[in-house]
Amino acid sequence: MTQPFAPIPRLVGTAVHVPGDDIDTDRIIPARYMKVVTFDGLGAHAFHDERFTADGGSKGHPLDDPRHAGASVLLSGRNFGCGSSREHAPQALLRFGIKGILATSFAEIFFGNCTTLGIVCARVDEATIRALADLVHVDPQAQVTIDVEGEVVRVGAQAWPAQIPASAREAFLTGRYDPLATLQARADAVRATAAKLPYLGWR
Amino acid sequence: MPRTLFHKVWDAHTVGTLPDGRTQLFVGLHLVHEVTSPQAFAALDELGLPVAYPQCTVATVDHIVPTDDTARPLKDPLAEAMLAALERNTAKHGIAFHAAGQDHQGIVHIIGPELGLTQPGMTVACGDSHTSTHGAFGAIALGIGTSQVRDVLATQTIALEPLRVRRVEISGALGPGVYAKDVALHVIRTLGVNGGVGFAYEFAGDVVDAMSMEERMTLCNMSIEGGARVGYVNPDDTTFAFLRGRPHAPQGEDWEAAVTWWRSLASDADAVYDDVVHLDGSAIAPTVTWGINPGQALGIDEPIPSADDVPAADRGTWQEALAHMSLQPGVPLAGTRVDVAFIGSCTNGRLSDLRAVAAAVKGHKVAPGVKALVVPGSWEVAREAEAEGIAQVLQEAGFEWRKPGCSMCLAMNPDKLVGDQLCASSSNRNFKGRQGSATGRTVLMSPVMVAAAAVTGQVADARQVFGLQGGAA
Repeated sequence: MTQPFAPIPRLVGTAVHVPGDDIDTDRIIPARYMKVVTFDGLGAHAFHDERFTADGGSKGHPLDDPRHAGASVLLSGRNFGCGSSREHAPQALLRFGIKGILATSFAEIFFGNCTTLGIVCARVDEATIRALADLVHVDPQAQVTIDVEGEVVRVGAQAWPAQIPASAREAFLTGRYDPLATLQARADAVRATAAKLPYLGWR
Repeated sequence: MPRTLFHKVWDAHTVGTLPDGRTQLFVGLHLVHEVTSPQAFAALDELGLPVAYPQCTVATVDHIVPTDDTARPLKDPLAEAMLAALERNTAKHGIAFHAAGQDHQGIVHIIGPELGLTQPGMTVACGDSHTSTHGAFGAIALGIGTSQVRDVLATQTIALEPLRVRRVEISGALGPGVYAKDVALHVIRTLGVNGGVGFAYEFAGDVVDAMSMEERMTLCNMSIEGGARVGYVNPDDTTFAFLRGRPHAPQGEDWEAAVTWWRSLASDADAVYDDVVHLDGSAIAPTVTWGINPGQALGIDEPIPSADDVPAADRGTWQEALAHMSLQPGVPLAGTRVDVAFIGSCTNGRLSDLRAVAAAVKGHKVAPGVKALVVPGSWEVAREAEAEGIAQVLQEAGFEWRKPGCSMCLAMNPDKLVGDQLCASSSNRNFKGRQGSATGRTVLMSPVMVAAAAVTGQVADARQVFGLQGGAA
């Protein structure tokens, strides 16, 4: 049985702004890099076609801006992570070094995938994204804190409200964001549920 | 208390509530393909866990299979490694596997219903966002991530937040040349690409009642493009007629019991919804996308929106879309030159799609310079299309007739756009780079509209090209 992971009451790191709405998972990890049987090495291809020209030259994407090297918080817009359910997208971001995402909204499957991996996704309003983007533009080394417990984002003395759904918040605070152990612990209840489903006997 | 189908099925599959408040939900049918499963099987091996309910999982290969030369080993060593991993994993864990080129191999969302595996009242999960397709049968069907694939393999359950239910009622009747795909694009365009986040969409109304199962699958397939992880249609006689006699459908006495149970699951007439939306099906025109997400769509007669037509919040995406697509605002999309025409995918790769295309293109020829391909969704679709003479009609018209697979929908196989080619596509996503070239351009539309684009070499109104009765003048 798997063990609970370390709780994540807060996340602290530098941030990088990747502007845009409806950034889809094809953009986060183009399908051709999914021809793999492990998630290792996906980090290098995060946002590949946004970052590199066809011949491999840099397009000067924010993720490649040396001032933001080592950033662990990603700032973006509305409906972040829409489209394909590919977990390769959050896996690529995680392996790139992203541990938290602040956006005005998230696509549902992407949000769930992130939570399971311990990537904190918090909703903030557009003005907050603008303020944070301006701030880290001026001071790329500014330490951004996502306070999971207090549902607030802080930089120095400044603070902005953030929203994390209750279940995800609870999962981070207890270190049970990967639910496998909890699901496994209820095998008897699973059997009882299955026994009541008429269709399992029809096959 | 009156309930929706969603609540009835959800409750029947609820194992319990987890400490974080999420529901532990039993998964009745788990579908597996080669792209999102290898890491899940590896995690299982690492933990030394068996597959808890191997009889509830069915696998096939679809994303990476070439649609021309499927000889083993596959020419692409990465694709071969993925296929070999799936063969190994399914054999090791005693999971049914529909192998490439055999019997019932095909796109996972096409073979599930075809085999009668997908049934009303089930929960269906697959590491693929277009799992919503199976909701056409009155199932709760949803896409999951690879960690959840692992959870299903290990426990046959997933942890999930309950969804709210929005009834999308489409009244009236569709005009000639207007198909389920147009309805799907119209819904997304109207409610937005993120309008469905947190919702299950219950599709209902005269238009949906009149749809065949294949049309309902097309509609539910694209729920996720509107942000809704789940889309469904209440089961009715159309559903039961489709299922009867299929290999995995209940037989004999079980069939009668099944139909009784299935009927009882439909949403009660006085069920309360979290939201209800009414759309007029008679007002839907053949719909095409002009941008880089499926909500950037318009009727074929409408101009591409100008800055003034776009709310300030959407203007950034609007600008990005026009730049990527090399299109001008204020003019119709009709007349835009097309390089590639693609008919297929889990959205529109079924027999009825190919029948409609064949009926339209008979006597027409693919325009010079257009690469046109038809990719049946499964071997069963391919066999039936060949037996009916559909394949021959398409080939005579100049379309390439390929072997089943996901093909050019997502370009994980040799079928890809090159450079900034523009593709008239019956698939489901027009994201930047989706069809395999970072600068490639995708215009989503119904299969018959793709056929019209193929034979004219440009985006065109199929009603005019093929003289579909009652079409716009």
